[in-house]
Amino acid sequence: MKRFLLFALALLVGPLAFAQNGGELRFCINSEPKTFNPLLAQDDNSEVIRYLTAGVLLRVNRITQKPQPELATGWKVLDGGKRIRFKLREGLRYSDGTQFSSADVAYTMQQLMDPALHSTTGDAFRSAEGKVTAQAVSPTVVEIAFPAPVANLVNLFDTVAIVSEKSPQKETATLGPFYMAEHKSGSYILLKRNPNYWKKDAAGRPLPYLDSVRLEIEQNREIEALRYRRGEVHLINTVSPAIFEKFTADDPSLVRDAGVSSDTEQLWFNQSPTASLPDYKRAWFTSTNFRRAISQAINREDMARVVFRGHAKPAIGIISPANKFWFNSKLKPHPYDPAAAIKLLQQDGFHQENGVLKDRGGHAVEFSIITNAGNRPRENMAAMIQEDLKKIGIKVSVAPMDFPSLIERISDKLNYEACLLGLVNADLDPNSQMNVWLSSADNHQWNTRQKTPATPWEAQIDKLMRAQSSSADNSKRKQYWDEVQQIAWEQEPFIYLVNKDTLVAIAPGVKNAQPSTLRPQTYWNVEELALK
Amino acid sequence: MKALRWGATALLILAALAAIGAHYVAPAGYEHQFRESPGVSPSAQHPLGTDDLGRDRFARLIYGLRVSLILAPLAAALTTLMAALIGGIAGYCGGWVEGCALVIMDLFLSIPWLFLLITVRAMLPLNISPESSVFITFLLLGVLGWAASARIICAGTRDLLKSEFVWLARASGFSGFKLLRLHLLPNLRGTLLAQFWISIPVFIIAEANLGAMGLGVAEPLPSLGSLLRELQNVVTLRPEPWRFMPLLVLIMVVSCFQTLLNKNEVRT
Repeated sequence: MKRFLLFALALLVGPLAFAQNGGELRFCINSEPKTFNPLLAQDDNSEVIRYLTAGVLLRVNRITQKPQPELATGWKVLDGGKRIRFKLREGLRYSDGTQFSSADVAYTMQQLMDPALHSTTGDAFRSAEGKVTAQAVSPTVVEIAFPAPVANLVNLFDTVAIVSEKSPQKETATLGPFYMAEHKSGSYILLKRNPNYWKKDAAGRPLPYLDSVRLEIEQNREIEALRYRRGEVHLINTVSPAIFEKFTADDPSLVRDAGVSSDTEQLWFNQSPTASLPDYKRAWFTSTNFRRAISQAINREDMARVVFRGHAKPAIGIISPANKFWFNSKLKPHPYDPAAAIKLLQQDGFHQENGVLKDRGGHAVEFSIITNAGNRPRENMAAMIQEDLKKIGIKVSVAPMDFPSLIERISDKLNYEACLLGLVNADLDPNSQMNVWLSSADNHQWNTRQKTPATPWEAQIDKLMRAQSSSADNSKRKQYWDEVQQIAWEQEPFIYLVNKDTLVAIAPGVKNAQPSTLRPQTYWNVEELALK
Repeated sequence: MKALRWGATALLILAALAAIGAHYVAPAGYEHQFRESPGVSPSAQHPLGTDDLGRDRFARLIYGLRVSLILAPLAAALTTLMAALIGGIAGYCGGWVEGCALVIMDLFLSIPWLFLLITVRAMLPLNISPESSVFITFLLLGVLGWAASARIICAGTRDLLKSEFVWLARASGFSGFKLLRLHLLPNLRGTLLAQFWISIPVFIIAEANLGAMGLGVAEPLPSLGSLLRELQNVVTLRPEPWRFMPLLVLIMVVSCFQTLLNKNEVRT
């Protein structure tokens, strides 16, 4: 009996003890973080440091995509999104031992909203002219008030690092699982376990399990993959399909496909009235039938299978199905149907002569696609579009160019015909797409910075986007956003091509990893990660 | 040494024949996408396998060879002609003309040509066909590559003008174009030929550099340069050694030109 009890105890405690043997987790970032101030983090690498070190009031769970308590045990949105009240945990301490209280939250919000700081994290809270105020109601209750309702208010706090008002170390004192211990410029950043971190596992043992995290600064993605293969690093957040296939062939346990991501790859035509285009080409590009025909003539299934080796899905619209709440599930993929494409083109007076598609005026249909040189998947997608459109008599020239030249063309000079680029959707909320879908926005790429909407459907999108941004009711916002997705699906100002899968590499020795399609894909639950 | 030169000549002729007869030798068109078999290993149907888009690598290699073998010598001829004209005139006239020409040459030599090429390529019309793009790429290489050769020719012309036979010719009443045609050009022929042979591999490699950055010949037309881009993925290279074939062919072509060049240098 005694022996049996010992065996049962070993079975119960074994995995926990096994998961707690510390160790150093290593992975690469591709350049030096621009700042270590969590309130100013904007670039990817600064955000990595913020994620690993900062304490936040709440965290969006990367699997459920719902907010869950962190420093705050609960919260309540008041006045239709104009106020939010947080109830805070008691007895927490920063990494340097300084006590945490509601005054720190008020201080953080005051710092964040200081116009002199120019914090992009703070900009997201600026719903209207006026001051954002934060008041410590008691040591464990804090209330933040905004001049107008803020859409997606709760989730915005996922990126607000709570800094200390009283600590002599200021923003380097952390409430997160790690603190920055060492930085060798151009080489590595060493984060050590925060001894005062508040979280405990189910067995009551302090988290994180890891002793330290070492971030190796490595620009070259190929070398990063080689280092992973040699066991020098444990994680890679984004693996290319080619490397994924190679690693799978070597050892399937080296890589994981976490499913379709929220990022999009899209093609669009230049519809700007000020662009230096011949009138007949502008007429093609502004025609809904023309855009829909091009969309139907592109074989997205082939693209996903060939370019991404099956690790992508044909895109449906603005939002990927990975975005569980905001995706409009009524929309279906655009079918590959060259015959239907030709019928649509015929409605606009296009016709084929000796295999060449010509418009009403007899102009042969041909256009160029620009994309960023060096991005192999995009260059390959462009080559596949070239081949697909050749089948319906359209001649496409592919012009890869260096990224600064491309941005200059699509943003300022507008001297291009079509462009193939991708959009990284780090934020799930539709509010993050205001700068794309408002007709006056800078990133309204097909016809940027319009004074008044050029088409009735763009006017309707403007109206819906403004309505969703001024409402705190997510079910209403979902209705507005669904309608925007429907209009974009019908009009196809952006011809969405594929949604790539999230391909990650997690060494078999890393325990408790649950790769997510959202950033940071591999270490979002870093406090629970352990090494064998 | 003679056998080596014969070998190099034979290899170049073989490569040129394969490139010219690519239409008959290639198992498929260079742009044809076998979408059901992307990235496959060598087989009877695809002797070097297929690339990421399912295009036959062997077909792309010989069509790419055609582009490089035809256009690199043309660009080299252009650059040599420009160098002969500018360097020859500068050396012949001397004085402030030579001074100005040398400043321009120095300016051209000091410009980071790769960045200049990228800038000029970005300024080209977007709608040009792949054939035009490859022609323009080599034209740019030819137009921008004359300065180093011009300096050598300028110095050669200056030396020739000081030689006794030129003094004798001048004393006999030769001047201007007649002096240039009958005495200077025939004596510069060796230098010009050497510059021509040197420029061919330089331009093939320059186009390969541009191609490796995705800024060379436009899709779907292949060139040796654009084919080298497959070598960028070092992790996936080891198990697929046939992907090194464009690199081996480039090394072979450049080495053959160098072998022939040595012969011409000896002659000069």
